Amino acid sequence: MSRFWHDARIRSLLLQAALIGGFVALIGWLASNTATNLARRGIAVGFDFLDRTARFPVSESFVRYQPTDSFAHAIMVGLVNTLVVSALVILASTILGLVVGLARRSVNPLASGCATVFVDIMRNTPLVVQLLFWYALVTVGLPSARQALNPLPGVYLSLRGLFVPGLSLEGSPAQLTLSLASVLLISGAGYVVSRRHRVATGQRNPIGWIALAASVLIAASIWIAGGLSVKPDLPELRGFNFAGGLTLTPEFFTILVGLTLYSSAFIGEIIRGGIDGIGRGQWEAGRAVGLAERRILRLIIIPQALRIIIPPMTSQYFNIVKNTTLALIVGYPDISYVIATTINQTGQAIEGVAILMAIFLSISIGVSLTMNWYNRRVALVSR
Amino acid sequence: MNPATALRSAYVRREPVSAAPAPDGKSRNFAAILFGDLASAAMTLVAAALIAMLAPRIASWAIVNGVWSGDGEACRAADGACWVFLREKARFILFGIYPPDQHWRPALAIGLILAMTIWSLPPRHWTRTTFVGWLVTVAAMLLLLKGGVLGLADVPSSSWGGLPVTVLLTIASLGLGFPLAVALALGRQAQSRGTHTLCIGIIETIRGLPLLSLLFIASIMLPLMLPDGMSLDKLARALVALTLFSAVYLAEVLRGGLQSLPAGQREAAQALGLSCVQATRLIILPQAIRKVIPPLTNTVIVMVKNTSLVLVVGLFDLLSAGRAAATDPAWPAAYKETYLFVGLIYFLICFGISRYSIWLERRARIGQS
Repeated sequence: MSRFWHDARIRSLLLQAALIGGFVALIGWLASNTATNLARRGIAVGFDFLDRTARFPVSESFVRYQPTDSFAHAIMVGLVNTLVVSALVILASTILGLVVGLARRSVNPLASGCATVFVDIMRNTPLVVQLLFWYALVTVGLPSARQALNPLPGVYLSLRGLFVPGLSLEGSPAQLTLSLASVLLISGAGYVVSRRHRVATGQRNPIGWIALAASVLIAASIWIAGGLSVKPDLPELRGFNFAGGLTLTPEFFTILVGLTLYSSAFIGEIIRGGIDGIGRGQWEAGRAVGLAERRILRLIIIPQALRIIIPPMTSQYFNIVKNTTLALIVGYPDISYVIATTINQTGQAIEGVAILMAIFLSISIGVSLTMNWYNRRVALVSR
Repeated sequence: MNPATALRSAYVRREPVSAAPAPDGKSRNFAAILFGDLASAAMTLVAAALIAMLAPRIASWAIVNGVWSGDGEACRAADGACWVFLREKARFILFGIYPPDQHWRPALAIGLILAMTIWSLPPRHWTRTTFVGWLVTVAAMLLLLKGGVLGLADVPSSSWGGLPVTVLLTIASLGLGFPLAVALALGRQAQSRGTHTLCIGIIETIRGLPLLSLLFIASIMLPLMLPDGMSLDKLARALVALTLFSAVYLAEVLRGGLQSLPAGQREAAQALGLSCVQATRLIILPQAIRKVIPPLTNTVIVMVKNTSLVLVVGLFDLLSAGRAAATDPAWPAAYKETYLFVGLIYFLICFGISRYSIWLERRARIGQS
């Protein structure tokens, strides 16, 4: 008997069984409690409510929505809002983060000082406080729509948001697509040919620029021949609010600016860490073969730094997606806002939470699969 | 060089490039650093323009037009920051709706925590006594806040607020999360497939969710999940979410420490005849935890900042207390000033911890070399 207990394999099996059994029992206990509680409160579990009319307004969306639409559609609208905000913030904070990261490394004391202060403030205060501060800044101090500030012609700033002129296109979409496609195809082909030529001969050449100019000329001629025209769409005051043009509501503006500033501090540090992670020998070798500092950075340092930068950057991008849920705090209708409203209206807490979890976990799994794929690719290239 | 590379870079320079002149060895003066080349000059100009644009506005709002004494009417009449509001409301923001005549209690509790933190900073104080000291301090803090004994008036947890709640949530979520994190990190390293998969599943699921949705789940689902007669108050529910959250993040940090230990450590422990549990407790964990203390301080910063999210489940932490203070109709909505004040408190805490972490890392590097 004692031999049986001292066998490491059997012990580990028993331990595992106990652990997993305990976990399953815990989940089972919570689930049975939930079932009892739901039955007592008379709440029916199921996703039938998704087809019912939502009956709540969503203040802004990139997809058409009205309160008579279904809950499923409302949730989709919230998801699209979340994804659009995430994409914009990722784009903007990557650009700003690059500037911050390079400024922090710069020998210029003014630039590195400003960047350091910025990064320290952004990283050491909660995002929620920052968002609420920006929201207070854009809503409390601004005048009503009738007394809107007019800093530039056609641009209005008021409590209702920022209004800027838009462009409205007239003409057939086919021609528009044709002209855009020709620009992309011809200039892309020009780039590839130019690069091949440079790799083969070591000479710089203007093929890329010629192709770009040619493609723009062709696109312009399609444009003119097809009678396409662009008309400015100016915002104007109608009643208590503006109509026409493009609108940035205070909520959207807050979440965009607040999240971008916050994330760019983190991205700046990731980029700086990646560049600092490349040994000094690489810089010195670049100087020894006569490259200018900027070309060393672009041709030698950045390609190597990317291997260090990309893994933490991906998780930072996923953090941005997760942080957009804070839009709820300033009242921007993102996915968490819509789900919270849905739960309030229907009482279907479990289903709402399940949908929210499913959405974030599938994004998370997608991100880690991409990451694994990237790591494998980099591992193959590395020598 | 393999054939594919040789083909791609068919061009190889054959004649040497003429040597560039040697650097003159003089250190560059200030003007050369600021305006040496195009990029540097552009950066200087952009930074200077930013400062020139923002500084006068901030100065006129905060200092020239700022209101330092008076009442709400004075603030309404003025065009600048209403600092007197903060002077009037500081106690409310810091301690929330805690009975004003008892404010010395949360203040003393914060003081105890601060003293204990300062005591624990030097690594030579990382001992068992300090650990017990922390347990005693946290117990004393709870006792001070709750009262009901030693002649202290009883204050229910629903009346707690402000900074003590933020500090309590941070310490409790980290303290309760840490043992959980050790278990998860060890489970993730385990040889057995079942334990390994279970731990990875828990860690990745919770890491994949925003903290906001975890707080939602805790505040909406926990009451449904518990049997009749068992209930948790708002503070406890938020604490469950924060604890799980900190546990998985701490577990990931600990994993780094465990992975950095050479396998020889465990093998040596086994050779000495230590059992698996003894080896883990006496050899592996102490070394792994010591290694990850600098990154652990970053998790502490993350948790201090994240406690501000309990605002959405209606808890009265520092940020919510500030928000409530700003709604007082006797004052013009002084949101900006309030958030600056609240932000400053968070900043002092987090910036202090981050400097400490940098100091620890530098110290560790010196120790190695």
